[in-house]
Amino acid sequence: MIYFVQGDLIKNKAQEGIAMTTVKAIEVSHLTKKFGNKTVVDDISFEVQPGEVFGLLGPNGAGKTTTLRMITTLLKADAGQVKIFGHDTVKEGRLARSMFGLTGQYASVDEGLSARQNLMIFARLNGLSRQAAKQRTTELLTEFSLEHSADKALKNFSGGMRRRLDLAVSLITRPALIFLDEPTTGLDPRTRTQMWTTIRQLVQQGSTVVLTTQYLDEADALADRLAVIDHGKVVKMGTPAELKQQVGGTKLAFTVNEQTEVAAAVKLLAAQVSGAVQQTGQQLRVSLKQLAQLTPILTALTQAKITISQLSVQEPSLDDVFMALTVGKN
Amino acid sequence: MNTATMAYRNLLKTVHNPDQFMDVIVQPVMFMLMFGYLFGGAIAGGVHAYLPTIVPGILIQTMLSASSGSGSQIREDLDSGVFDRFKSLPMAHIAPLAGQLFGDILRLIIATITSLTTGYLMGWRPTVGFGWIIVIGLLAILTGWALSWLFALVGLLAKSAGAVQSFSLITMLVLSFMSNAFVPLKSLTKPLQVIAHLNPVTYVITAIRQILATGSWTHEALLVLGFDILIVAIFAPLTVWAYDRN
Repeated sequence: MIYFVQGDLIKNKAQEGIAMTTVKAIEVSHLTKKFGNKTVVDDISFEVQPGEVFGLLGPNGAGKTTTLRMITTLLKADAGQVKIFGHDTVKEGRLARSMFGLTGQYASVDEGLSARQNLMIFARLNGLSRQAAKQRTTELLTEFSLEHSADKALKNFSGGMRRRLDLAVSLITRPALIFLDEPTTGLDPRTRTQMWTTIRQLVQQGSTVVLTTQYLDEADALADRLAVIDHGKVVKMGTPAELKQQVGGTKLAFTVNEQTEVAAAVKLLAAQVSGAVQQTGQQLRVSLKQLAQLTPILTALTQAKITISQLSVQEPSLDDVFMALTVGKN
Repeated sequence: MNTATMAYRNLLKTVHNPDQFMDVIVQPVMFMLMFGYLFGGAIAGGVHAYLPTIVPGILIQTMLSASSGSGSQIREDLDSGVFDRFKSLPMAHIAPLAGQLFGDILRLIIATITSLTTGYLMGWRPTVGFGWIIVIGLLAILTGWALSWLFALVGLLAKSAGAVQSFSLITMLVLSFMSNAFVPLKSLTKPLQVIAHLNPVTYVITAIRQILATGSWTHEALLVLGFDILIVAIFAPLTVWAYDRN
């Protein structure tokens, strides 16, 4: 039963971290990396609270993966400091490494081996006894619905199965902190949704998750807080809702059917909203502070007998945020 | 402990991929047959007379190519991303490397047995006792293992597995042919003799031939032993350094 001792040991370390509210899951300060004379990561700082899902969002080549590789000790930083549950990743590397699991962008499992052998070997490398490793392997195979293909060579695995195995390997020690580098890149929509469900389950079990993604819907769906990264810098940080708010409120757009009624419609809109009315031919657009403003506008239009078509109400998406923040730079 | 697990991993990989053994099985058999029957008559006046020359020669040549496999294997692992996970695990940084290199000993053992058995089947009958055959086998394996650290370093510094393979092939060809592996040194032109004398492979082969001829531990064998240890002492730390830097 050494297994439980081992598992609890690691769990306890992590829970200690969570219990002391002052200890952040991650503290990144002034992280910088240069490749040649190109600064890939430029003075990045952020903190992640225990239990949080933190997203690093940015276009290709923005420096997300480099940042993650430095945090997870795979790459030496040129400057800056990283602490994981209060432990410096340089000075206490081994201890810091024992507190997180990492799922890289490229499936970091052994192609030549079966799923069971991969899990067994990584369990042993993580310090589990043979007996404990066997038990944990069986648990994870079941949890990730891989038990039927457990002994097949990975060569015959689909992309989704490979990612699942990869994630399973990261979870062998039940780490309190999990890093996922573009967890759904290259997956089909169905397996992508499955992956999201798995990640949400991890969060429910109390794990802290840091993920990088270039998909805005993914960040929106999963992350509690986001750092938008572009050209190696954090250009914005906040909750998805906060970020969306910065780009402006709900957008209302419609087309006035009769040319002669456009001027009257503009006047009517201007009376209802504070912002400017944008006009393109017979199409009118305004920003609404609240969705509640919509009803009076529609009522006023009806009363004035102005007929409209192609009505659309659009909530701001993270795409808008992303475009606004990284526009013209890539 | 972790090194043992890593070595086990490498063994499992070879079991799943038996074609990795091709180079240590097919190559020595092929070279032994080709060289023996093609050049035996011309160089030594007959296959049988040529065998004492060529068996140690092919043995060391096979060690060279088997050890160069470590380099391309490491490069492939690095490119596949699995080393990222090894590195992020709370274990000694040398373990993945050491695991690879200890796992490769099996390949070297197979290569040695294949080379010597093929020689035996072709009529090679060493006059010394079986104990000395084990000694030369171990000396060859140690040499191959020392060289695999060197090739591991090449693997870590190279850009791709393909680059490692072509470098290894050229090194293997130059080192094995520019030596006394297949021809008596006296038959070479003066400049070539100088090169062959500088070639460490010549010393290893000479040492093995001396043991086989005299049935005793020689000064040359001691030299080779020291040389092997020196290579490991130099290249093991260098390889670990390159691994950390990667």
